[in-house]
Amino acid sequence: MFPELTGFLFPNDVHIHWSLMIVLYPYITGLVAGAFLVSSLYHVFGRDEFKPLGRFALATALCFLAVAGLPLLNHLGHPERAINIVVTPNFTSAMAGFGILYASYFIILLFEVWFVFRVDIIETAARSRGFKRRLFSILALGVYDVSPQSQAVDKRITRILAAIGIPMACLLHGYVGFLFGAVKANPWWSTPLMPVIFLFSAMVSGIALLIVLYQIAMKLKGMAIDRYAIAAMSRWLWLFMIMSLTLELLEIMMLAYERAEEWEVIGHLLTHQLSFSFISLQMIGGGLVPLILLGIVVLMDRYMDDRIRNTLSMVASLLLLLQVLSMRWNVVIGGQMFSKSMRGFREAYVPGMFEKEGILAAALILFIPFVLLVIFERVLPTFRHLERGDDPA
Amino acid sequence: MNRKSDPRSPRPDSFSRREFLRSTSSAAAGALAIVLVLPEGSAEGVEGADYDWSRHRWVYLVDTTACIGCGSCVRACRAENSVPEGMYRTWIERYEIPAEGEALVDTPAGGERGFDPVTSSLNVRKAFFVPKICNHCRATPCTQVCPVGASFSTRDGVVLVDQEHCIGCGYCVQACPYGSRYINPATHTADKCTLCYHRITEGLKTACVEICPVGARRLGDREDPDDPVNEILATRRVQVLQPELLTRPQCYYLGLDMEVR
Repeated sequence: MFPELTGFLFPNDVHIHWSLMIVLYPYITGLVAGAFLVSSLYHVFGRDEFKPLGRFALATALCFLAVAGLPLLNHLGHPERAINIVVTPNFTSAMAGFGILYASYFIILLFEVWFVFRVDIIETAARSRGFKRRLFSILALGVYDVSPQSQAVDKRITRILAAIGIPMACLLHGYVGFLFGAVKANPWWSTPLMPVIFLFSAMVSGIALLIVLYQIAMKLKGMAIDRYAIAAMSRWLWLFMIMSLTLELLEIMMLAYERAEEWEVIGHLLTHQLSFSFISLQMIGGGLVPLILLGIVVLMDRYMDDRIRNTLSMVASLLLLLQVLSMRWNVVIGGQMFSKSMRGFREAYVPGMFEKEGILAAALILFIPFVLLVIFERVLPTFRHLERGDDPA
Repeated sequence: MNRKSDPRSPRPDSFSRREFLRSTSSAAAGALAIVLVLPEGSAEGVEGADYDWSRHRWVYLVDTTACIGCGSCVRACRAENSVPEGMYRTWIERYEIPAEGEALVDTPAGGERGFDPVTSSLNVRKAFFVPKICNHCRATPCTQVCPVGASFSTRDGVVLVDQEHCIGCGYCVQACPYGSRYINPATHTADKCTLCYHRITEGLKTACVEICPVGARRLGDREDPDDPVNEILATRRVQVLQPELLTRPQCYYLGLDMEVR
């Protein structure tokens, strides 16, 4: 099927080479960065209102990071050569840093998880028999010291790892924004604001994801939803979404007001090809509406019934998850909807349901981290410290 | 001497550890040497037997006032290089510029089958064809962004893709401001105009230059003082595409209009 085109396009510019998979990749790393931030707010900055979530947020970050590379692998024309990025990196390319960044962040995250859950692992190993005992003995890595002194060391190391993890998470995600922001051939991507916009929207999506997952987890476990945690996350979410929306608007307002050369293309893009995904989803449905909802949650916190707070923050978070997804779509796909001739557009792009990089593949990849999270929860319960009421690492 | 029995040695295992480090670092250095040497060595296989790439510097010259839009070059290129259907290593654009209003530009099937006569009701006062190829830029963003170094510039000034090394990420396709690259649906790798490197290293001209009936396309060699293209570049007013991007294209244009990007 040939795409519908208007105006004049360079003949090679009619293809969408960066598909739904490339939309998904920054979406997932964004969720990782945001979830990690929440865990770090507790582990590094000692924000006690995040205590119920400290471990869960960390597990969420790990489970999503584990699949972050999948959409890229599925997108590559030659996934079997993916290792070339590490073996023969071309360091003039921003993309060459991917392997190093991804691997080092993964290692830091794994270590942090181990130190946070170390005591639980040892206790489970001591309590159980057979296969389970062997599994947890392996996870304990041969260290069975649970003395108060060793736990104090755990805490200190966790704090250091989490502190290193913050700039690493920002790098891993800011780097994705950089990949787009540094393409001078594409006026819709090429802006120094791009990495910053990506970072703030990452925080938005990560916190929103945790608000949703935390409430669901508490419902499933029959535990009480901590009102201070929800209120605090709503506050942070509100702050980050205001920053993120402001930057997203700032970028296009600058272009429009300057009457920059690019505006002829981008103005048309936003009002035609992207009118639904940009104006309706990114700005109004996913922007303005949660801005108001969270505003109510934050400003009327004192007078609010828990159920209303939970519902409002849940709805706002779901909308924001959609907003960030549409923002990724608008950047990645939007940037390929016009030709570099600056004279022609592709009218629409709808990914196929069953194609290699289609909707089903995307849905499957996005589903895996939730499965991983359920498995993680089975192996290392993230809310057990709440039931026991002790002070988690 | 057996270091393990030496009581003065503070760490009995330091010998083996040092050995290990020494052997791994030399292996790493060896691997690095292979990586550094390979591109030079492998290029020799591409060149003709007597071809010395340090003695050439290829450039391309397009005379937009001469092109008649017959499309022979596009067909010749497709035949010579087995370019997949729907992809273009070269194409021709037609510009019709009315006295007032927007310019009308088209490239039906890349100009491969030529152009239908103009039926537009516009009061066209100026019209011309512009053939396009890869600009083989000297400061090219496409090789800059290649994460694995599969896209590279040869010493004689041609931008090529190593089809055996390319991972098919498509970053170079996004980075090229001229739309010269595509992902080859058969090989799943980035593909583009090679300036018929298999021909020019054998002393032949590119397929598009060879076939052009009006001499609108010419291949030049900066290292050859007698090359007429050098004379034109030295004495005539020439332009490159999108010079504001500072990619230093090596495809020069005579008679380029401001409407052309």
